[in-house]
Amino acid sequence: MSKDIRIKKGLNINLIGEAEKITSKAVLSNVYAINLQDFHGITPKMLVKQGAEVKAGQPLFFNKDKEDMLFVSPVSGELVEVVRGARRRILTLKILADKSQEFVEHETIVPQNASTEEIKALLLKSGCWSFIKQRPYDIIANPDVTPKAIFISGYATSPLSADLDYILQGKEKELQAAIGALAKLTSGKVHVSVGKGSQSVLEAMSGIELHRVSGPHPAGLVGTQINKIDPINKGEVVWTVTPQDLVIIGELLLSGKFNAERIVALAGSSVKEPKYYVTKIGAEIATFLYASGVNTENFRLINGDVLTGSQTTPNGYLGYYNSTVTAIPEGDDYELFGWNKPVFDKISTTRSLTFSWLTPNKKYDLNTNTNGEHRAFVVTGMYEKVFPLDIYPLQLLKACMVKDLDEMEQLGLYEVAPEDFSLTEFICISKQPHQQIIREGLDLLYKEIG
Amino acid sequence: MSLKSNLHNLKERYKGKKMAPAFNALHTFLYTPNETTHSGGHVRAVDDLKRTMNTVIMALVPVLIFGIFNAGYQHYAAVDAANGVIRQASLFGNFITWENFLMGAWTVLPLVIVSYVVGLVVEFIFAVIKGHEVEEGYLVTGMLVPLIVPIDTPLWMLAVAVVFGVVIGKEVFGGTGMNILNPALTIRAFLFFAYPTWMSGDKVWVHQAVEKAGGPDAISGETILGFLAQGRGSEMSYSISDMFFGFIPGSVGETSTLLILLGGLFLIFTKIASWRIMVSAVAGALVMGLIFNGATELGWIAETSKFYGLMSFEFWKHLLVGGLAFGIVYMATDPVTGSQTDKGKWIYGFFIGFISVMIRVFNPAYPEGVFLAILLMNVFAPTIDHYVVRANVNKRMKRLQASKDLAGGAHGKAKELKAETV
Repeated sequence: MSKDIRIKKGLNINLIGEAEKITSKAVLSNVYAINLQDFHGITPKMLVKQGAEVKAGQPLFFNKDKEDMLFVSPVSGELVEVVRGARRRILTLKILADKSQEFVEHETIVPQNASTEEIKALLLKSGCWSFIKQRPYDIIANPDVTPKAIFISGYATSPLSADLDYILQGKEKELQAAIGALAKLTSGKVHVSVGKGSQSVLEAMSGIELHRVSGPHPAGLVGTQINKIDPINKGEVVWTVTPQDLVIIGELLLSGKFNAERIVALAGSSVKEPKYYVTKIGAEIATFLYASGVNTENFRLINGDVLTGSQTTPNGYLGYYNSTVTAIPEGDDYELFGWNKPVFDKISTTRSLTFSWLTPNKKYDLNTNTNGEHRAFVVTGMYEKVFPLDIYPLQLLKACMVKDLDEMEQLGLYEVAPEDFSLTEFICISKQPHQQIIREGLDLLYKEIG
Repeated sequence: MSLKSNLHNLKERYKGKKMAPAFNALHTFLYTPNETTHSGGHVRAVDDLKRTMNTVIMALVPVLIFGIFNAGYQHYAAVDAANGVIRQASLFGNFITWENFLMGAWTVLPLVIVSYVVGLVVEFIFAVIKGHEVEEGYLVTGMLVPLIVPIDTPLWMLAVAVVFGVVIGKEVFGGTGMNILNPALTIRAFLFFAYPTWMSGDKVWVHQAVEKAGGPDAISGETILGFLAQGRGSEMSYSISDMFFGFIPGSVGETSTLLILLGGLFLIFTKIASWRIMVSAVAGALVMGLIFNGATELGWIAETSKFYGLMSFEFWKHLLVGGLAFGIVYMATDPVTGSQTDKGKWIYGFFIGFISVMIRVFNPAYPEGVFLAILLMNVFAPTIDHYVVRANVNKRMKRLQASKDLAGGAHGKAKELKAETV
C-alpha cells in the first residue's frame, strides 16, 4: 500500500548536461581520500598512524564524543598522508591503494534474527553508521537515541543529480537487507519514497511505508517528505539514509565486507560526455572526469549537485556521501547591462524582463555567477513559492541571523537541514547565503540545547 | 584595452579603500559584477535587487510622462479658465502638445533631478562612511518622490525633505531593507508637516497658481478632493473620464488612474509587487466608502455638515481621485515596510484602503489620507506579521502536544502526578 504526496510549491532547475544512462568502469584511483569536512561536527581521534597499512573497512579514526563510532578506510593500502589545517585539525586522510584489495571481514547478520543491539554494534564498528544521519541538526545520528521514524528518499529531483532508479538497479537484496536492519532500530516506521510513475526497485521492499512523490524540486528532498509525512517535533529525532548508502550497508550485512563501491553520475554542461561511472568513495575525480572529457578550461567542479554540493578540483576526491559530480562553467566575467537587459538564457522566478517563464521545460546552461550583489533582505513572498514546508522561511532565516534561540526553535529549525533552503537561496534576490545561515543556526542550537 | 578590463583594473585598485562602494555603485550600473558563488549553491537565479527596482521604475515611467504633460495642461487650462474659457480635455487635441510638454518638463524634471541627486548623494555618503555597498532602494524612492509632491514645491524644500527622509527614514535604521517607514512617504510627510501652509490649500497644484494669486491674472488649482472638502462639489467641471484618464489637478504622478492601473497590472504580471496588497487595499477603500455613503443616505449626516461633501462622494470614485490609486499600487506594496507574510498582506492592504478613505474624509487640514494611512500601517505591519507567524508557531506547539499525548499516556500521567505533588 502506498500513499501519494503531491508537492506544488517548488521549482525544477533544468540544466544541460544530464548524465546519459550508460555506466562505465572508472580507472582505478591510485590514491583515495576521506575528507573530514564531510562529517559535520565530528571530532576525529586517529586510530592508525601515518604510514600504516590498512585493509578496506579498517577503522581510521573514531568520533571523540562517541568512541564506538568508527570511520573506516574505503580501500586497502597505506595511509600516506594526514593533511592538517589550522591548529592541527585533520582535514583529509589519503590512502595509497594496494593492487589487490583486502577486506576486513565482519560477521554476517540476518536482520530478522538479529537483536537491535547486535545490528547497532555491527554498524558502528564497520563504519556504516556514518551513513545514518539524523534530524534535528543534520548530523551523523546519535546511536543512543531511538528515532521515531527513518526516512529514505528514492526520488532525486535536484538538478542533474544521479537517477536513483537507474543506479539502484539490481541492488534489491542489499537494499532489503539494509531496510530490514534499519527497521529494527526505530520505534516507528521506515518511510521510503519513490517518484510517482517511476520504476524503482524500492517499491518491492517489504517492511516499509511506501510513498509516491510527485511535483517539482524539492519534492525529492527528504526534508520535504518528512514535513509532509510525519513532521519532527521538538525533542523528537528521525534518521535519514540515502538509498545508495543503503546499498553499502546492505552489502555489509550480507557479505560482512565494507564495499565502498558506488555508481556516480558525472554531469554538467562542461562535461563532454556526461554519464555514469562505477568507482569508490574517495576516488580521485580525475580518474573518471577526463574519461568523459571537459569542453572548457574554466569550469567549476562540484562534489554533489549544483545546489548543495561542495567545490572541488579534478585532483580532489569523491565525497563520502555523493553520487553525483557536476561540472559547470565558472561565471567570473562581467556582463554589460546584465541588470536591466532582457534575459532569455538564465532562470528566473519573476517576469521582470526575464523570459524563463515562457519555456518551463527548456534546459539552461547556468554558470556560477551570482548575477548580482549581496544585499539585505528586501523582497518578500518569493521564497514561499518554492518552499513547500509548513515553515516561514524568511522569518526562520532572520531568527538564525540574530541568533534568537527561542524563535529558531518555535519557527521549526528542528525540522530543516541546510539543503532544504537551497532553492530559496537559488532564487534569492538579495543573494543571501541561506544554507550557511541555516547551518550556523543549527550548530548554535546544537551547542546551546543539544 | 577594453572598457571592461579597464574598469576591472580600477575596481581592483579601489578594493578595500574608502571610496570602493562609490566606485562599485557606478561600475555595477554598467556591468553586473564578476562575482561567483562561494557558499551554498553554485548557481543563482538571474534576478537581483537592481533588476527588481528597475522593473518598478519601468512601471513608473508612463506615469511620469503623463504627469509632465498634465502639468502643462493644467497650467494652460487654469489660465484659460481665468479668462473665462472652459476647456474640454482631449488627448490629441489639447493634451499631447509641445506647449504642455515643455511647460511640464520645465517644472517636473527639476523635481526629479533634485530628488535623485540629493538622495543619491546622501546614500553614497552613508555607504562610504559605513563601508557597505550602495543599495538600490533609492532608485525607486527617488522616482516616487517627484510624483507625489505638488508641482510647485520649491526645490530647496524638496532637497531638505529628501535629506530628512533618507537619513531619518532609512539610514539610521541601517539602510535599504531595514527601514520601518516608507522613505518616499516619510519625505512627503515631512513636507506636509514642515511647510503646511505651502503644501495644502488650493494653489500649489497648478504651476504658477501661487505666484499669480491675488493678481489680476490669478488662476485656481483646486483638486477634486479640495472642492469636495469645502462643500463646493457642484462647482467642479470634471467628468468621470477626466478623473479616470487623469486630466485633473493633483500631485505630479497621481492623477491618471488608467496608467496607474496599467502599471499595477505590469507589476503583478512581473511578480514584483504583491497583488494581495493591491486587491485588499481596493476592497478596504470601497468598504469605507460604502459605509460613508450609507451614513449619508440614512440621513445621519446633515447636508450642512462639513463632512457631507466627501462622505456623500460615491464610494468607487474615491479610487479615481487623489493619490489613493497611486499609493496602493506603488507605495503600499513596498516589501520592506509592508507586511511580509501572505496572510498579513491581506490585512495590511485592507486597512490601508480603509483608513485612507477615513482620513481623507475627516482630515480637516488637508483632504487626503493615503500617505498617512500607509505610514500608519507601516508601523503596524510588524505587529500583523507577528500574529500571523504566531499562528504557525501555535500550530507547531499543538502538533507537539498531540504527539506527546499519543506517545505515552502513562508517561503523561506520571508528569501530571508530579505536577500535583509539587
